[in-house]
Amino acid sequence: MRRKKSERLRRRAGAVYCGLIYAFLFLPIVVIVVNSFNATESKPYLSWKGFTFDWYGRLLQNAALLDSFRNTLLLAAVSTILSTIIGTIAAVGMFKYRFRGKSVIDALLYIPVVIPEIVLGIALLTLFATVNIPRGMLSLVLAHVTFCIPFVIFNVRARLDGYDQSIEEASMDLGVGRLKTFFHITLPVLAPGIGGGALLAFTLSIDDVIVSYFTNGQTKTFPLKVMESIKSGVAPDVNALSTLILVFTVLLVVLTQSGLIRRLRRKR
Amino acid sequence: MSKHALVQIQKINKFYGSNHVVRDLTLDVREGEFLTILGSSGCGKTTTLRMVAGFEQPTDGKIFVGGVDMAEKEPYERDVNTVFQSYALFPHMSVFGNIAYGLRMKRIPKKEIRKRVMDILDLVQLGGFERRMPAQLSGGQKQRVAIARALINRPKVLLLDEPLSALDLKLRKQMQLELKRLQRKLDITFIYVTHDQEEALSMSDRIAVMHDGMLEQVGVPKEIYEAPASKFVATFIGETNLFEGMVSAVDGDAVSVAVESGTICGRAEGFQKGEVVAVSVRPERMRYSTSPVKGFTIQGVVREQIYVGSVLKSIVVLPNGHEIKLERLAGDVLPMDGPVYLSWQPQDARLIHPRDQEVYHAVETAVME
Amino acid sequence: MSKHKFRASTLPVLATVGPVSLWLAFFVAIPLLYVLVMSFCSIDENYNVVFQFTLANYRNLLDVNYLQIYVQSILIAFFATAFCLVLGYPFAFLISRTFQSRKTILYMMVIIPFWTNSLIRIYGWRTFLGASGWLNRALTALHLIDSPVEFLFNRGATVLGMAYVLFPFMVLPLYTAIEKLDQSQLEVSADLGARGGATFFNVVLPQTVSGVFSGCIMVFIPSLGYFYVADILGGGNSDVIGNLIERQFQSGNNWPLGAALSIILIAVTLLLVKLYQKCGGDMQSLGV
Repeated sequence: MRRKKSERLRRRAGAVYCGLIYAFLFLPIVVIVVNSFNATESKPYLSWKGFTFDWYGRLLQNAALLDSFRNTLLLAAVSTILSTIIGTIAAVGMFKYRFRGKSVIDALLYIPVVIPEIVLGIALLTLFATVNIPRGMLSLVLAHVTFCIPFVIFNVRARLDGYDQSIEEASMDLGVGRLKTFFHITLPVLAPGIGGGALLAFTLSIDDVIVSYFTNGQTKTFPLKVMESIKSGVAPDVNALSTLILVFTVLLVVLTQSGLIRRLRRKR
Repeated sequence: MSKHALVQIQKINKFYGSNHVVRDLTLDVREGEFLTILGSSGCGKTTTLRMVAGFEQPTDGKIFVGGVDMAEKEPYERDVNTVFQSYALFPHMSVFGNIAYGLRMKRIPKKEIRKRVMDILDLVQLGGFERRMPAQLSGGQKQRVAIARALINRPKVLLLDEPLSALDLKLRKQMQLELKRLQRKLDITFIYVTHDQEEALSMSDRIAVMHDGMLEQVGVPKEIYEAPASKFVATFIGETNLFEGMVSAVDGDAVSVAVESGTICGRAEGFQKGEVVAVSVRPERMRYSTSPVKGFTIQGVVREQIYVGSVLKSIVVLPNGHEIKLERLAGDVLPMDGPVYLSWQPQDARLIHPRDQEVYHAVETAVME
Repeated sequence: MSKHKFRASTLPVLATVGPVSLWLAFFVAIPLLYVLVMSFCSIDENYNVVFQFTLANYRNLLDVNYLQIYVQSILIAFFATAFCLVLGYPFAFLISRTFQSRKTILYMMVIIPFWTNSLIRIYGWRTFLGASGWLNRALTALHLIDSPVEFLFNRGATVLGMAYVLFPFMVLPLYTAIEKLDQSQLEVSADLGARGGATFFNVVLPQTVSGVFSGCIMVFIPSLGYFYVADILGGGNSDVIGNLIERQFQSGNNWPLGAALSIILIAVTLLLVKLYQKCGGDMQSLGV
């Protein structure tokens, strides 16, 4: 009886503890969402002046902000596609073939993952400045693809663990060439790993501050726009946009997750 | 119809680095036959099969299929199909998708694909399974899908790489019969790789025994079993007793061989006095008596008798400690621990010429499984 | 024969690994080597980089003001790491030990905050902790304080911000490591008479130590570089090495000095990663 009681107590303590951690994680989000409804007009937009939906409307008139958001989406989309293509075929090649210099590539892959982002940022900045690559969307894409590739490769590699290479041989054996085999067999089987890698690349790109900060030139991404506005106080329309992004991504994940579950059920 | 050689393997060698895995292998496979490449693991049999399929390139030598040199042919350009040991079913396609894959890629009309897939599913007795995914199939069912998938292209040659090794014994026996039936029905040439000698004996038209990258012997199962060409073949296929010694007398086709424990007899041609030979006698051909038989002087002691239902297995120990295996019909009990003389019909002994590389001890050895 | 060999082995390697090799060479290897070269370069009176060998940049690194900031940066990184580990371990343990259905949701809830830009979230903390922020207002309203307390613009605030931004990088490897633990092992240990604490130190910790190591690396190293966290929450009072580098590449415009500072970060990173590998850490678990 006493044991049961202490067990229940321990459970409750654990739940409270987790609740506190989640509160810690979500607290700034709550601040952002609440401030997106703040009717204040004076910088730095901190004091609460009543509830309003105005900022969501005014967001549509803030061309500079929308522009930066468009840049971010474009940058993330292009970087994701490029890094996913390069990373996927690289992971497959590194899994299948033995060649000289493989360990060098392996080591180079970990560099963007472990070194502080600022080092990659300034290293790319010095390179771009020296070889005269114009700073802007192009340099941003080059930089973002660089730090996304390793994560795509690691994701696809995880999927390749336990991958039976003889299915490719079986395909060739049935009269299908190497390239067609890659598209009809290798790619579909690796799809979950590739999708996970692409999602991670997209997230990293959309959230990146530091590398973009050094390589952007005049092109402003959404995070850089935020950084700019911090000195004078972040306006509630930025909060409104952040809230919309958050709601959108959560909805997207919930929809895909539940859709996935439904599809799995149907298969059974 | 002339049974000419459909697959010709000519003096191929394969090196992995300095590792010589296939040595000077020459083998003809006749049209419509069921040929088994038999050997223990690492003997180069799978590598040989993969070279015929095109997944590996011979370091030197040539392979012809239907008279065409395969050297420049990619796997997808060859008229051979493979059943993989791991089945290698495409996990993201249904049974139908797996089997139809080769036809779809060739852009064959949908209607015809459907018909051919359904026909072949019936052939491998998997009608009604076409919508299942590979993960929902049992081992035996996966096996059938793999076979159907390889057969749908109507290959000239079907290569099977230990296809039954993952199945349990009962299913394996059943699949052996089915494969044999399929092969007869379709009249396709099968090249079958296995390490299981029983499987090889029961299914094959001919068996090619490989050892250490070399071809030891090619022949019909009866030849391989009753007239092994080398010590390896004699010991690998079935159980046998091997004696090593020197030819002491030749009288026509009757040969006497002096071994460490005495003298034994055999019937063979082409042997000369003084030659070092190995003599193989199958346990079921061994006889015993309480007095010496003409030509035989080896004597031993009955050590053990094991009753296994249809036969009685006995072990006789020779003075030098070697154990000889006997198999007799049940009921015929030997005197335990009593001295016995071993003999056999001279024609039941197989005399084997030693190979150059085989180190010879002039002692008899009894090899047991 | 050679044509076949090219098609069967050389071409596929080139086609698959070629692009990534070029990319890594051009955008990782060459830039980093170039930073190394630049750290030995001089600048002219217009702050242009001159390719003239000098050790002056490294000498300048030993400036007392800089040395203070290195120590401060390492302390901030250390406390942020400790904060994450102490709070994150029990948390990871609890969420990885719940039912499968709830586990996915709890796990996703660690990730969801990170879909909002980290800058804005850090700014959210500033809004919460500021002099006229939510916390001060609440405390004043409750009459716990008379005048606002300055929570911001000190090292503590920076540590909090770093820990906040990097918290998932601690929790996720821990979660993976703890999830692999076999529940029956804990039961066996209890069965053999070990108390909770003994079970933890003898059974749980040794098997999850790899997760602890990789979590610590993934928090400690970035903490040295996240200059914007120190900017927003520390307000110039708690700079990290990243701030020094940022200044040389933006306002200070002394790139060779910034390069030399970056070399310090690279050296620290390499040292920690080597240490990590020595302790049996697996590089792969740093990846995802």
